[in-house]
Amino acid sequence: MTLAAAAGEQSLLAVEDLHVRATRQRVDIVTGVSFTLERGSVLGLVGESGSGKTTTALAVLGYARRGLSISGGTVSFQGRDVLSMSPGELLDLRGGSIAYVAQDPASALNPALKVGHQLAEVFRIHQPEGQKRIGSDRLAALLTEVGLEHVPVVTESYPHQLSGGQQQRVMVAMAFACRPSVIVLDEPTTGLDVTTQRRVLDTVRSLCRSHGTGAIYVSHDLAVVADIADHVGVMYSGAMVEVGEATQVLGNPSHPYTQALLAAVPSHSRRERLRGIGGLPPQPGQRPSGCAFAPRCGFVQPACSEPVPLVARERGRLVRCVLPNGAESAQPAAAANERSDDLGPDAEQGVIATVRDLSASYGTVEVVKDVTLSLNRSTCLAVVGESGSGKTTFARCLVGMHSRWHGEITIDGRELPAALSRRSIDDVRRTQYIFQNPYGALNPRRTVEQLLDQPLKHFFTLSGTERGERIGETLAAVSLSGDMLDRYPGQLSGGERQRVAIARALVVEPRLLICDEVTSALDVSVQASVVELLRALQQSRRLTLLFITHNLPLVRAIADDVVVMSAGRIVERGSATDVLDRPQHEYTRELIANAPAVDFSGTRDGSTSR
Amino acid sequence: MNSLGLSKEARLAVGRRARGQNTLRLLRNALRTPRGATGATLVAIVVLIAALGPLLASGSPTGSPGLPFENPTEGAIFGYDELGRDVLTRVLHGGWTLLLLAAAATIVGVGAGTIVGVAAAYFKGLSDGVLMRTADIVLAFPQLVLALLLVSVAGPSVTLIVFAVALAHTPQVARVVRAAALDVCERDYVKAIELFRISSWRVIFGEVVPGVVSVIMVELGLRLTYSILVIAALSFLGFGLQPPDPNWGLMVNENRIGLSQNPWALVVPAGLIAVLTIGMNTFTDAVARVLLGVDEIAATRAGMTTPTPEPK
Repeated sequence: MTLAAAAGEQSLLAVEDLHVRATRQRVDIVTGVSFTLERGSVLGLVGESGSGKTTTALAVLGYARRGLSISGGTVSFQGRDVLSMSPGELLDLRGGSIAYVAQDPASALNPALKVGHQLAEVFRIHQPEGQKRIGSDRLAALLTEVGLEHVPVVTESYPHQLSGGQQQRVMVAMAFACRPSVIVLDEPTTGLDVTTQRRVLDTVRSLCRSHGTGAIYVSHDLAVVADIADHVGVMYSGAMVEVGEATQVLGNPSHPYTQALLAAVPSHSRRERLRGIGGLPPQPGQRPSGCAFAPRCGFVQPACSEPVPLVARERGRLVRCVLPNGAESAQPAAAANERSDDLGPDAEQGVIATVRDLSASYGTVEVVKDVTLSLNRSTCLAVVGESGSGKTTFARCLVGMHSRWHGEITIDGRELPAALSRRSIDDVRRTQYIFQNPYGALNPRRTVEQLLDQPLKHFFTLSGTERGERIGETLAAVSLSGDMLDRYPGQLSGGERQRVAIARALVVEPRLLICDEVTSALDVSVQASVVELLRALQQSRRLTLLFITHNLPLVRAIADDVVVMSAGRIVERGSATDVLDRPQHEYTRELIANAPAVDFSGTRDGSTSR
Repeated sequence: MNSLGLSKEARLAVGRRARGQNTLRLLRNALRTPRGATGATLVAIVVLIAALGPLLASGSPTGSPGLPFENPTEGAIFGYDELGRDVLTRVLHGGWTLLLLAAAATIVGVGAGTIVGVAAAYFKGLSDGVLMRTADIVLAFPQLVLALLLVSVAGPSVTLIVFAVALAHTPQVARVVRAAALDVCERDYVKAIELFRISSWRVIFGEVVPGVVSVIMVELGLRLTYSILVIAALSFLGFGLQPPDPNWGLMVNENRIGLSQNPWALVVPAGLIAVLTIGMNTFTDAVARVLLGVDEIAATRAGMTTPTPEPK
């Protein structure tokens, strides 16, 4: 059934009909997943949050999270059955033969121990007697291998003294320390900026190649997976819906779900409307008996309500869809939806905000240096840069959250004082800020209605009915239905929460909306719909957007103008198309080159030629 | 293109994912754990005895129908105390005041501690320094000694006992609440409200305090046990409630000299205090465990799906 089995050789790792079950609820989280992994190759597991990809990846280590148990199937690693191993054998296996890299390096590293000590620990546990001590040269070699510089400093550092990218590379070094045969990477680059992500991806790829290590790479970001994986397994609702070679699956997707995921990825080269996937995946226990994607699928047929098997297609590809050629024949209408470049003649002209010689510092460190720019009314300006480039600090100066700056900021012709407490209530209202992380920006103890009512009560003197009308109207504007009103944030999905956060900013009728990496915490499919929403709102409400991001393709989808920041300074500015198509500054070129993309035209190094 | 396309079922499913977020649900979940149920039952037994005792008791708690330290007889199943008073009657009468005082002292102490702790965490800087160093000074005295000091200086009165015990609680509660509030104050949702330029006290009571309410719940339980112990101890030492009124703490003191003659006079009130303390502690512990997600019931209540990804 699998690629290697057909070839008649033993795979490095073979997962067969894996079932993972929530013990108490007695429902399967993962239902019958099978795949194989060969030496030196990378398998990408993709899907939205809750698709079971992490659960599957952890099962490879014979591990199930609290409340879950592996209830069926086999995981055989070099012919040994992982699932029937004793705890002692598992201890040897994990970290020794199969290594795991967690999503958040900050919480995976022990904050109380120096990095060098933690690395040495791996050897103490996994190496035979006599080789448990590791020399500092060996330690240095490991860290150099993952591209870390200043190794003596790094080994003597505590995790919090390292940047996110450095931490993640330490995790990768740890994972590769004992030369494992398989390495499982669980969204290792989510939360890293493109340049750091690129370095981590390159590190993983070159280590896999040079040591013949097989890797399982879990991610919701198709662009990243396209960049690193040889084979791709697309998971939906606990099952594989499409498996095959990366070039096949991503270059010529067959399952409607794969196609929808791909449509949500912003393109590098074209300016186009992003398409999110409507609805939510079904919860375990409420999955339909037929195709689980059917309720969200644009190509539903009567046959979809029957269980759909995973069927072999051309070139070893397996697809779980009733459509004979997937949905290739019937592209959805929205495919050729180029975005019109100009805003239309009635766009308000003129400058809404100017910033002159803005410098801001944290303690003694100056993080924003002499930034000068102006923002045109009813346009979207993107501020792009790596983490640490000062873009968030810059935004926080504008909104009054960071008050240690000098220079000049004027909005609507009025100069703003640095401290929020000295700004007029109207100035405060006109500039609204949306936080990066929708999971943290809404008080979990307030309902959606209370969340939206709070600023209304504060900024306006309106009657209860008037406030109710405004809230309803704003909720509709962000495409949320009225029955959301008495929900708590904990009952909403990530995309819905971000919509509520946007609604809270919109309800006070701001002129300038500052969006600080508002989609970086969201799945790619959700990101697409949030970006589309912002774009539509900007046009319908004549809003001015300041869109802060490290995701360059996203800039193309939403922004009119771009400024690129590096180390606190603006290094390049211009219209979005100009900057992205004809980057002038070295740094911009690097950013563009580093951004992962789903592009199988063969021009990108490494992604297809392997 | 958006979440409007959600079916009713899907919405319900999302709803089920909600994590326990209100206090009532927290208490209910704690009660569902074996630990919480045991603790609550023990507390309920003692509270019922204290509340209904005066109604059930026959005879006066201050009358002396028997001989000092007379052993149990048919009319008095726990015998008589040092002055020949019926132990059972005095036990039934002697719990309610103690509980009321303990509850009052706890509420005042935890309330004051919460305000001090949250204010210190929110305003930081100088306010934090002044508030917390003052708390340190108060903390330097052992709780009982501090209460003793205040009561012995001003003389025993019910109000003073309450305030003395409350004052002893304040710095300890402030410490714990400040630690929890420091974390909440850094949350984006607090920052988001600050960005509206809403007044500090409204941010504190609207955003920060609700965020630490679960910690306060645990503190309430814990401090209530301490209050009971301290008030009982004060009575035992002669500074609390005064004789001849019946009181469990005082009874332990009065009757300890007769331990060998009629142990019941000492064992019954001491036992009730112990059961109440143990019950309260067990229940509080259950609340704390549910809060931290240690107990399995908390994990399953929170929903069966993978936890919502918490990105950086």
